[in-house]
Amino acid sequence: MHRIRTISDLEELRQSILAKRDPEKVVIGVCCTTGCQARRSGKVIDAFENEIREKGLQDKVEIKKTGCHGFCEMGPIVVVEPTNSFYCRVGTKDVTDIVSETALKDKVIDRLLWKHPATKEAVVSQNDIPFYKKQKKVVSHNSGRIDPTNIEDYIAVGGYSALAKGLTAMTPAGVVETVVASGIRGRGGGGFPTGIKWRICSSAPGDTKYIIANGDEGDPGAYMDRSLMEGDPHSIIEGMIIGGFAIGAREGIIYVRDEYPIAIQHLSMAIKQAEEYGLLGHDILGTGFDFTIRISRGGGAFVCGEETALIISIEGKSGTPRARPPYPAIEGLWGNPTVLNNVETFANIPKIVLNGAPWYSDMGTAGSKGTKIFSLVGKAKNTGLVEVKMGTTLREIIFDIGGGIRKSKRFKAVQTGGPSGGCIPISKIDMPVDYDSLRDAGAIMGSGGMIVMDETSCMVDVARYFIHFLMFESCGKCVPCREGLKQMHEILKNICEGRGQRGDIELLSDLAGVMTTASLCALGGTAPNPVLSTIRYFRDEYEAHIFEKRCPAGVCKNLFEYVINQERCNGCTLCRLRCPQEAIFGEKKKPHVIDPQRCIKCGICYSICKREAIRVK
Amino acid sequence: MKVAIIIDGQMVQIDRGAPIIDAARKAGIFIPTLCYHEALKAYGSCRLCMVEVIQNKQSRLVTSCNFPVEGGMEVFTDTPRVRKIRRVIVELLLARCPDVPLIQTLARQMGIDFSRFKKKEEKQCILCGLCVRFCEEVVGVGAIGLANRGTEREVATPFRVASDVCIGCGSCTYICPTGCIEMVPDEETPKLRRMNLGKLSLSPCPNNYQCETCSIEQEFFEDIKRVIADFRNRHKKPSF
Ligand SMILES: Cc1cc2nc3c(=O)[nH]c(=O)nc-3n(C[C@H](O)[C@H](O)[C@H](O)COP(=O)(O)O)c2cc1C
Ligand code: SF4
Ligand code: SF4
Ligand code: FES
Repeated sequence: MHRIRTISDLEELRQSILAKRDPEKVVIGVCCTTGCQARRSGKVIDAFENEIREKGLQDKVEIKKTGCHGFCEMGPIVVVEPTNSFYCRVGTKDVTDIVSETALKDKVIDRLLWKHPATKEAVVSQNDIPFYKKQKKVVSHNSGRIDPTNIEDYIAVGGYSALAKGLTAMTPAGVVETVVASGIRGRGGGGFPTGIKWRICSSAPGDTKYIIANGDEGDPGAYMDRSLMEGDPHSIIEGMIIGGFAIGAREGIIYVRDEYPIAIQHLSMAIKQAEEYGLLGHDILGTGFDFTIRISRGGGAFVCGEETALIISIEGKSGTPRARPPYPAIEGLWGNPTVLNNVETFANIPKIVLNGAPWYSDMGTAGSKGTKIFSLVGKAKNTGLVEVKMGTTLREIIFDIGGGIRKSKRFKAVQTGGPSGGCIPISKIDMPVDYDSLRDAGAIMGSGGMIVMDETSCMVDVARYFIHFLMFESCGKCVPCREGLKQMHEILKNICEGRGQRGDIELLSDLAGVMTTASLCALGGTAPNPVLSTIRYFRDEYEAHIFEKRCPAGVCKNLFEYVINQERCNGCTLCRLRCPQEAIFGEKKKPHVIDPQRCIKCGICYSICKREAIRVK
Repeated sequence: MKVAIIIDGQMVQIDRGAPIIDAARKAGIFIPTLCYHEALKAYGSCRLCMVEVIQNKQSRLVTSCNFPVEGGMEVFTDTPRVRKIRRVIVELLLARCPDVPLIQTLARQMGIDFSRFKKKEEKQCILCGLCVRFCEEVVGVGAIGLANRGTEREVATPFRVASDVCIGCGSCTYICPTGCIEMVPDEETPKLRRMNLGKLSLSPCPNNYQCETCSIEQEFFEDIKRVIADFRNRHKKPSF
């Protein structure tokens, strides 16, 4: 064990780690985080280890467990250096080939490479895949490259040198001002300038202060925070220590939901190793600065991501937000000044301290600096985690990186910012993605969720879905949120089931306005966004539901019928055979018909018809 | 430190950090509230006490029961935005508790004849949390709490079993503005009382309801007086 006492110790250790590395040795990196593990990457790792042992290749080949590459739908992902071959969907059966061909002979295996869907052209290295081309990996740069369970791997790529720089070459105030000058805004939702928060907290009276990292991540479909905690835990820890130094805190807490066992495991290992190496604990790097970090596990309530509820939850009470002011930066955990930031915010800090504020503020737009990781999910062809510079347009994210819409359907909207975000239509597709543009468009940055929807989504139903989620996740403390969401859901449900009435849109807008301004916390304050944004951009759909009792997208079961276009149908009988209700009639090679009386609108016929003869009416 | 603020055009001198509602009361201005009680910490859950504040030339809507006064602040308690919020909140409560006299009166005072929202249930409890907070903060017992989340939220004893810490003091009954918690004579032991929260019964009194000789009630009122005095003295910084 190397206890690092000085800066030169750290540099020496880094050199010795690099020197110990055999440049001839081939490294096979296998992703071992949640996305790939769900596709059994654990088995792949075991197979690799067996293979190496059996063939006696320990000196020639090294198996490295890495973090997430972001392209999780292609998992398990295996990267072999030095050919830099990026292998997708690797199974145990591919292991022997990878070792004998790629590792030993530098031969790239074509069948495991990513292939361009249109040209079928195989791409060897990650950077040439369109999914990665327009990305700018800053925070997620290490994830997928280093072994998150080994601190030496992090130190080898320059880890903890920002801490060394901060602690020895800068003053606490200097660190705060660097963060202010970088222009970074919180990555957890609100987008509050991080440096200003640190400044307020560092000048708040009190001897005991706290640093809290918010790893609660409650947005359905979002997992960038999990991927960071699993794939590069030390960068979060390093950011927190620097934060502690800057504001004068000696204790840090990482709040992680209990549903993230691998994140908790990797963070715990990282904390333990950092302590052993003298990077956490007493007299860090011989500077006399003490700092410890512990993990607090959350029960997984969405509202516990809200800062005051999170703090109350750490204190052991039920997580219910409280009114601000006082803000946590003045009165937070146990009544002490507390800086609470998102884990991605903390992971940015070492980069800012090391490369300087101008480097950071060069990236992005006027009001939003740096990069942001988005969780691109839904109907895009390529889904996963993407990190782009602030100001990248929605079109670039969805069409260039995401590869456009699946099954040649048309893009309809993208919901950004999680359940309480807004739905942005095609007319805004060239909008730059940053805090202010999103807000002006009626959406929010949130923590970076991006759900892509195509023409088969009904926007009223989408709004109803999110309001239903929020209704269950509201803490129930304040009237506008608790009662407002209940009524909002009732109205939306009625519209979707064909009981909409004249005046409903106005009532929804009125109620939404009051919830936005009068709710106690931002859950209730942002909850109306899905409704307001869909009314703003898709009012015609609401009107079709209410006045014509028709669901144009064919989602709301009471409001549409499936009909078979007699010209297109060639009587292949596929739909008739599959219909569970026996509602389809017709002879072979003759156009079929659907009996609306029997049809339960399960949609099976609609999705299997190869000739797209079945239509929504 | 005293500061001067203007509230609905009246100048009021008040301690810096006191809640706006205190300034309003000092100026004789009525602000409707449901979850506020001067013996308790501000809770900010009913949102009925919202007012419009202009500070550094910026206007914002805040709850007057907990928003601290700063010098130079200007407060408006009856603007169209404030009225709209109050109206919708009362409509929402009217839909939740159509038969509760307190809410009906409030609606009448505001000139609201009906709620645009559907009456889905006929609850009595408005979830102001006064009973729970009084039991915890003043009585110091914590026999009841707020259980569940969101629309399921309700006042209950832990695990919904008769509480064995309830001292039967009756403060919840006394403070509840909607009459959810009743004090009923105990049938088995005449002259004695029992607290009922809907179908849920709080536990009987440890002193066997010998109210005449019991000191709990006396201590308790002493306590309330002390808490109120404390609260009035403390005004430097509101806590939540
Ligand atoms: C309902 C609700 C849920 C939230 N969930 C999260 C979360 O999961 N992770 C997070 O970092 N911030 C979340 N936030 C935002 C936090 O309250 C807080 O603003 C943020 O963690 C501050 O860090 P930042 O400045 O680095 O963004 C949530 C806010 C609300 C209102
Ligand atoms: S807005 Fe919703 S989540 Fe926030 S305090 Fe009010 S009821 Fe609770
Ligand atoms: S029981 Fe009464 S005092 Fe308690 S929360 Fe309900 S309405 Fe308020
Ligand atoms: S009195 Fe209820 S929120 Fe202020």
